[in-house]
Amino acid sequence: MKSAKKEQKQGVIPIVKTLSKSIREYKKPSILTPIMVMLEVIFECLIPFVMTMLLDRIDKISKGESGDLMSEILTYGLILLALAFVALVFGALSGKFCATASSGFAKNLRKDLYYKIQGFSFVNIDKFSTSSLVTRLTTDITNVEMSYMMLIRIAVRAPFMLIFSLTMAFTINWTMALIFLCTSPILIVGLFIIIRKAVPFFNRIFHKYDKLNESVEENVRGMRVVKSYVREDYEKEKFEKASNEVKSDFTKAEKLIAFNTPLMNFCIYAGIILIFVVGSLLIINSNETVLAIAELQSFMTYSFQILMSLMMLSMILVMIVMSSASAKRITEVLNESSTIYSPENSVTEIADGSIEFNDVCFRYSEKADRYALSDVDLKINSGETVGIIGSTGSSKTTLVQLIPRLYDTTSGSVKVANVNVKDYDLTALRDSVAMVLQKNTLFSGTIKENLRWGNKFATDEELIKACQLAQADEFIQAFPDGYDTYIEQGGVNVSGGQKQRLCIARALLKKPKILILDDSTSAVDTKTDALIRKAFKEYIPETTKIIIAQRINSVMDADKIIIMDGGTITAIGTHEQLLASNDIYQELYYSQNKEEARNA
Amino acid sequence: MRSKSVKMAKRPAPKKGTLGRLLKLLFKQNKALLITVFICLTISAVVSVASSVFLKNLIDVIRVGLKDGLDSVWLSLVTIFVTMGGVYGIGVLGSFTYTRLMAILTQKFLHQIRTGVFNKMQSYPIRFFDTHKTGDIMSTFTNDTDALRQLVSQSIPQLFTTMISTTTLLVIMFTSSLWLTLVIFVGVIAMFSVTKIVGGNSAKYFIKQQQSIGKTEGYIQEMMQGQKVIKVFCHEDESKEGFDKNNEQLYEDAKNAHTFANILMPIMGNLGNILYVLVAFVGGILVLNSIPNVTVLGIQEVNPAAFLSIIIAFLPISKQFTGNVAQSSQQINSVVMGLAGASRIFELLDVEPETDEGYVTLVRCRIADDGTITECEERTGHWAWKHPHKADGTVTYTELKGDIEMIDVDFGYVPEKIVLHNISLYAHEGQKVAFVGATGAGKTTITNLINRFYDIADGKIRYDGININKIKKQDLRRSLGIVLQDTNLFTGTVMENIRYGRLSASDEDCINAAKLAYAHDFVTRLPDGYNTMLTADGANLSQGQRQLLSIARAAVKDAPVMILDEATSSIDTRTEALVQKGTDRLMDGRTVFVIAHRLSTVQNSNVIMVLEFGNIIERGTHDELIAKRGKYYQLYTGAFELE
Repeated sequence: MKSAKKEQKQGVIPIVKTLSKSIREYKKPSILTPIMVMLEVIFECLIPFVMTMLLDRIDKISKGESGDLMSEILTYGLILLALAFVALVFGALSGKFCATASSGFAKNLRKDLYYKIQGFSFVNIDKFSTSSLVTRLTTDITNVEMSYMMLIRIAVRAPFMLIFSLTMAFTINWTMALIFLCTSPILIVGLFIIIRKAVPFFNRIFHKYDKLNESVEENVRGMRVVKSYVREDYEKEKFEKASNEVKSDFTKAEKLIAFNTPLMNFCIYAGIILIFVVGSLLIINSNETVLAIAELQSFMTYSFQILMSLMMLSMILVMIVMSSASAKRITEVLNESSTIYSPENSVTEIADGSIEFNDVCFRYSEKADRYALSDVDLKINSGETVGIIGSTGSSKTTLVQLIPRLYDTTSGSVKVANVNVKDYDLTALRDSVAMVLQKNTLFSGTIKENLRWGNKFATDEELIKACQLAQADEFIQAFPDGYDTYIEQGGVNVSGGQKQRLCIARALLKKPKILILDDSTSAVDTKTDALIRKAFKEYIPETTKIIIAQRINSVMDADKIIIMDGGTITAIGTHEQLLASNDIYQELYYSQNKEEARNA
Repeated sequence: MRSKSVKMAKRPAPKKGTLGRLLKLLFKQNKALLITVFICLTISAVVSVASSVFLKNLIDVIRVGLKDGLDSVWLSLVTIFVTMGGVYGIGVLGSFTYTRLMAILTQKFLHQIRTGVFNKMQSYPIRFFDTHKTGDIMSTFTNDTDALRQLVSQSIPQLFTTMISTTTLLVIMFTSSLWLTLVIFVGVIAMFSVTKIVGGNSAKYFIKQQQSIGKTEGYIQEMMQGQKVIKVFCHEDESKEGFDKNNEQLYEDAKNAHTFANILMPIMGNLGNILYVLVAFVGGILVLNSIPNVTVLGIQEVNPAAFLSIIIAFLPISKQFTGNVAQSSQQINSVVMGLAGASRIFELLDVEPETDEGYVTLVRCRIADDGTITECEERTGHWAWKHPHKADGTVTYTELKGDIEMIDVDFGYVPEKIVLHNISLYAHEGQKVAFVGATGAGKTTITNLINRFYDIADGKIRYDGININKIKKQDLRRSLGIVLQDTNLFTGTVMENIRYGRLSASDEDCINAAKLAYAHDFVTRLPDGYNTMLTADGANLSQGQRQLLSIARAAVKDAPVMILDEATSSIDTRTEALVQKGTDRLMDGRTVFVIAHRLSTVQNSNVIMVLEFGNIIERGTHDELIAKRGKYYQLYTGAFELE
């Protein structure tokens, strides 16, 4: 228990250190805010003090005392107005600086986080799920922003208010001020107990809230399944349960927090009664020499301010405790170092499209006991077409991902144009090795914009040419807006096959030395698929083409066909060779081409 | 799905009448609780303003005490203190009760709203889900309910308290001094105009901030999902550029929103202070010039000392009054955001649910040797359609066989764009009917019509000779087993996911189904076998494995008619052959509709329909179609043709 606490404590400083790096140009408002707050508080606290003076002069007049009281009253009145006005200006300035500082800090932090993620390798990306990265960039940052805002403003204001009010109270009359030393501890202890009990509840609620949201999302996404299986009632029950759990925990937590107000009221009221009792006795007994009637009023104000600041401090404490989890999650990403980066003195020219694997072994994480690839040796000449075939989970994708260095080999080496991929400049390497991913994405924007991902400066003719090769030109032209057709997020307004062809065209625009298609024509019909391959052969003969496919037809005319099974290459050969000698290949071939099988 | 997504209006200004509807809803479901809360709130609010009255009385007593000595006022002092103790005690009790009840009420109300929306949503037609983004629906459950929580738990009680205490304070003020009340009034008018300008701006920018948050979140979501593509295309700089643009806008809006929100309180607070000074100042002048005090009760001739005590007591009242106004001005943001949230919740609640005029139901039955059908409760393996005839009050039973007939069916997702033309087809009991064709040819649309996710525009669909419009939707769907291309598993164990098909299925049933679907093998290799928890739509499984599980789920359902929509698209052909063997055994004697673009999947069907642009252009068995050398032949041999 103790050690765990220590660990947590140690963790706070590096977190703060990491996060504070994002303040940068907002250091000025971040420092100005507390200064303005301090000034505001000073002037605000002077107000009741001067007020007492003013009331005292009025009192004196009412008692018939002589002297130039009227002009004194006027002076005090003007001082008061000035004080209030100055406090207003400082207050407004602190608010403005605070808003700039906190939104600016949040902006920088979001930017740092986003930039960091852009530098991530595939290994880093795999480690954090997409949704968790999105949460970190949004909700978590908002939480930290709110805490920061409270920290530089209210967290400064509250203790200052407390100290000034106490000092003022003691200056007026220290016996009376002692009353605050009686009521404050009650509030402090009470608030402490409430927070201690409530915080774990809130942490649990966040977790349950996540689960509740998840169940809504699942339900909405899976509505066809729900309706098909007539599970509406079951879903309602499930949701009711999840919602009820949130409700009951939240109610418990809020009930605890609900003690705050009556506790606060109790302390204020008790304080007022004590001030009245002690005050009235003091006034009467000393005949207003120790304490004036007018000062009773000031004490009420101070009593309210002192307890209010304690309350604010407790709120800040809760806020910070709750956002500390967010802060931790953000630093986790910020402190993650990218596993793949360009070496110094890197090679920036890729001579040709030859590829060589030497004794390559690979596993996705050091903890994994199974190698995804073992002992792979392979040589592909520049300009060759290579097909890769194998069942689900045979590591076909893993193999090709090593070529553009999306992952680093665990042992052994991968060479492109006789240079180890680790020696290349990453951008140069990836520009020359175009890969069409299996899980591919189009981005919201026009078709043209999407295609220009491949080459920013591509002319319209080049775009059309690439689309013709990928057999996409025809359907694009058929759209009313042609190449300016807007693609919705995730490419939902084009069909699967159309999406795949656009992705291929996008990759072609890079004019790569090596082109890798990872099951990229699975939704394209066989005829179009064949046309694409034919175009490759005719128009980009010097490019090395690697094609992963489920369909034998997609690879049967390749120079080499690689058969993979369980992370190893089991056979390499041409269609004829494999059809003659390889069992897996034969089985695949005949299951897909029954006609041929019957004739054979 | 294929229809264009209609964006829900993003954070509109709250619709008129939203507040009324919200309060009505709140009141209707929680009358007793709400009334108690408001009584306690009133008590606590009234007590909170009582201090100033006590102060005034106390000062009067003290003055007497100063003149005549402590002994003369001893009793009056004790009376005041005891009264204070009693009143404050009640006040504390009141605030204790209302805060507690409010905690309960808020959570209860949110639970009612959440489950209300969720339950209602279950009855919405598929069209609704096809045309609304999941993210938008989600944000109603997250952001909007959260905004509503702020509104209900904080703003409404706060505003109510303000109302009560300002009224009470007004009464006290009017009975103390009209002159001073007048000063306060002038000040409050100033405060209101500040609230209107600053607070209005703040609310405006908060709504703007919400919009940029939504936009930035959308951008981040899209980029994070495509992160690997960004890497492959070395597109990091462009992605950063786009992000910076959104981030900068968000910063601007957030800064403005928070600036206005932050400066409101100091301005209001110090306006209060200025007012306080003005009251004291005016009071001083009144006393000095011996101007008589005026209250609603008439003109009071008071000596300067008594007037002074009135002023001293009036000062905290003025402070409290302006404090109240300032406090409630703070609520403006949460009120505006809460109402915007509420109006989006109501928008979601107001969607028309799926209509169902069906009256033919599916029942278990026993079939006698002579063919007569009797309804029964227990599982017999036979089902029948129970068809009540309104005209003569009789009930007939038709055995469920799985004959499906479509006659001249036309359909369009939107009326002006027909996507299926004149579709006629007949699937006999036990037949396997396949649809092939390019994406967008209308294959999935046909199955959407059979289970009535969408209703046909023209023509007729008969199920065992019954018009499907007469069949209750739930019973119709109960008779169909559907495996969709998008698998959609749910959070829970593998076993629970398979059991989703039939809640009463035993573990053994589920395992058998998994074996049939060829999923048993990989499931047993998972860390906890059938008890392995699947999270986030089964993200820890490959797409192929998820498809196998969803086939197992359909197998457990054991329905007489099966629709397989690209059910094996991500499974390699060798495994697919094994799965097919299993499902063929399962589907022996049942009607099956298969959709696939991979022709090996459909080769052994009784009839294959080739669809193009919503028309059936060819139909026949594999061999017939090959012999015909038409479109199917082209599709099938496409690759060879070019050699």
